[in-house]
Amino acid sequence: MNTEEYIASGILELYVFGLLSESENKEVNDMAHKNEAVQAEILSIEKAVINLSYSVAPHLSAANYEKIRQQLIDKHNNNNGVVKMEPKRGMSQYMGWAAAVILSFGLAYQYYQTDEATKEIQSANAKTSKYEQLVASLEQKNNQAENALNVVRDNATSVVNLAGQEVAPQSYAKVYLNKNKREIYVDLAGLPTPPKGKVYQVWALKLDPLTPTSIGVIADKNADYGIFKVDNNDGAQAFGITLEPAGGSPSPTMEQLYTLGKV
Amino acid sequence: MTQEELLAQIYKKDGKAFTALYDMYSKSLYGVIYNLIKDREESEDVLQEVFVKIWKNIDSYNETKGRFFTWILNIARNTSIDRLRSKSHNNSLKNLSADNFVHILDHNTSVTNKIDAIGIKEFINKLKPKCIKLIDLLFFKGYTQQEASEELEIPLGTVKTQNRNCISELRNILQVQ
Repeated sequence: MNTEEYIASGILELYVFGLLSESENKEVNDMAHKNEAVQAEILSIEKAVINLSYSVAPHLSAANYEKIRQQLIDKHNNNNGVVKMEPKRGMSQYMGWAAAVILSFGLAYQYYQTDEATKEIQSANAKTSKYEQLVASLEQKNNQAENALNVVRDNATSVVNLAGQEVAPQSYAKVYLNKNKREIYVDLAGLPTPPKGKVYQVWALKLDPLTPTSIGVIADKNADYGIFKVDNNDGAQAFGITLEPAGGSPSPTMEQLYTLGKV
Repeated sequence: MTQEELLAQIYKKDGKAFTALYDMYSKSLYGVIYNLIKDREESEDVLQEVFVKIWKNIDSYNETKGRFFTWILNIARNTSIDRLRSKSHNNSLKNLSADNFVHILDHNTSVTNKIDAIGIKEFINKLKPKCIKLIDLLFFKGYTQQEASEELEIPLGTVKTQNRNCISELRNILQVQ
């Protein structure tokens, strides 16, 4: 490619615009050094675009010159190969860094504090809700206990003592019967904790002929102070409690009759 | 003053060096910056940043890298584009080509510059519209040939020569031989 063709290719324009790759750039540099016509062409292109961009620029106030000059000459002119020590400036520079370090520690500490405080609030909230639940459950228990106590105290309540039978002679239970309110409570405190998978089932009995009716299955005899409200059964003549598989049975397993008592 | 004479001065980094640099290039760079930023105050701020960068990094420039003007032109374009990005300007980068340097003249309401602007507009409007677009993308906005070919829907292989023709036209108008 001769010089004319090289110039006509348009590569020199892109060179001035700064759009060439590093290797292309080097190639043009080398050409410009060897060839005066190429160098002259580059200068003309540069002149044209400098003129163009100059022309389209809005008015640039003189204040800008001063502003930039101040920034450059004052700030960047202290290092002509020699490091000049200027104590005041040096100090203020360190002060700046020191302030920055202190500030960042401060910010980190603040963040840490805020974070801790947030955690504390969260844990306090969790505790509060736990206590609220506890209070609610205690209130409920208290109500149940009061109810049970009211039944026991009620003048209209009669007590049926159920005595331990063959499988558990030591055990006992009580049935509270309130004919006015038509409520029946059983107290299982005197029965042993049933083996796993077994529950106590309460039966109301009519004696002639012997007819058992299930009035309740107690899944956890230790809950609710051991006193449970069971279904009412008018005309019951006796009550029995048997040990049954979980969920209860349609009819009592007589071999597992723990307690029995007549009204 | 030639580039070589200027550089010899600039390396001294004194007040005289700065004045020479500012006189030679500030307004051209401002034109490039304003064409991207489209806000005078912000452009002045960017111009200041550009001069600080030139001053700080002057030692990293050498002539094997290309023309000094090309080097500072790149700094001006990159600083402007960075500014647009960081400010997430309304003018997103994709919209850069929506306006070109001719529109600057329309939006320029400065009274002192108005007569000038009319004169300049006249000479610039002698350029073909296609040339205005091409010079705007390649020179002012630093688009690659590929990007310009996509933007203007012209074959990639012709970008270089079309641009060459446009710059030749500009040189004729400006009478730069």
